[in-house]
Amino acid sequence: MNHKIGYNKLNRVSAHRKALIKNMMTVLFKHERIVTTKAKAIEVRRNAEKLITRAKEDTVHNRRLVERKIRDEAILAKLFKDIAPRFKERTGGYTRILKIGFRKQDAADMVVLELVDYKLDTEKKAKKGDKPAKAEKPAAEKKPVAKKAAEAKKPAAEKKVAEAKKPAPEKKAKAPAKPKAEPKAE
Amino acid sequence: MAVPRAKTSKARTHRRQSINMKLTAPTLVACGNCGNPVLMHRVCPKCGFYRGRQVFAPENNG
Ligand SMILES: [Zn+2]
Repeated sequence: MNHKIGYNKLNRVSAHRKALIKNMMTVLFKHERIVTTKAKAIEVRRNAEKLITRAKEDTVHNRRLVERKIRDEAILAKLFKDIAPRFKERTGGYTRILKIGFRKQDAADMVVLELVDYKLDTEKKAKKGDKPAKAEKPAAEKKPVAKKAAEAKKPAAEKKVAEAKKPAPEKKAKAPAKPKAEPKAE
Repeated sequence: MAVPRAKTSKARTHRRQSINMKLTAPTLVACGNCGNPVLMHRVCPKCGFYRGRQVFAPENNG
C-alpha cells in the first residue's frame, strides 16, 4: 500500500524532474534565497529540508548520501560546515516560502524560497527609521501577528549590525535573479 | 428524434452564459507597513514587507 503518498511531478519525466530539483537545491544552498514558482518551491523545499537534516551530522555516510543530490563540492562543504550547524537547535522547518504575487508573463504564482535565517542585505541601513513604525501598525491589527512581528524585528535589528561588518551583501540580493532563469529554461 | 422547436435567441444564450461570466473582485487588505492594498498572505509589492519583515527592497517607481 502506497496510497496518498504523492508529490508534484511538475509535468516532467523523472530524470528531468530530479535534475531540476538537484539544480534548484544547489542554488538554494548557494544563495540561501531563490525566487521561483510556488509548485517548484514546495517540491524543492521537501527535498532540501531532508538534506539539511542529514547534514547536521557530519559523517562519511551522510556526506555520501547528500553528495548524490549536491554535486558541487564547495556547496556541499558549505551545507555541512555552515548551513547545517546554524540549524542545530531547529528540528525541521529550515526554509520559508513567501508569496510575492503573480508573474506577468504567465500569471504563475511566484514565491521566495529562503532559509529561515536569511538576512536581507540591501538598503537596510537606510531603512532603519522605517522599521519601528512598521512594528506598531501590524501590532494594532492582530495580536498574534503583532507578537511574531515583534520577534522578527528584534533579530532584524541585530542583523543590521552584523551586516555592517560584512560589506558583501549586495551581491547576494541580486544573485537570486539568475537561479530563476535556469529552472525556467529547463 | 427530438429536435429543437426554435432557434435559441442571442438573448437566451447570453442569459444562460452570463451565470458563469461573473467576475469576482479580489479580497484586499491594507499593508501593515505602508497601507497599500495587498492580497492576503502576500508580500506587499510596493514596500516589500510581510508581517513586519522586509522581504525585498521596494521598487523605486512607486
Ligand atoms: Zn506595503
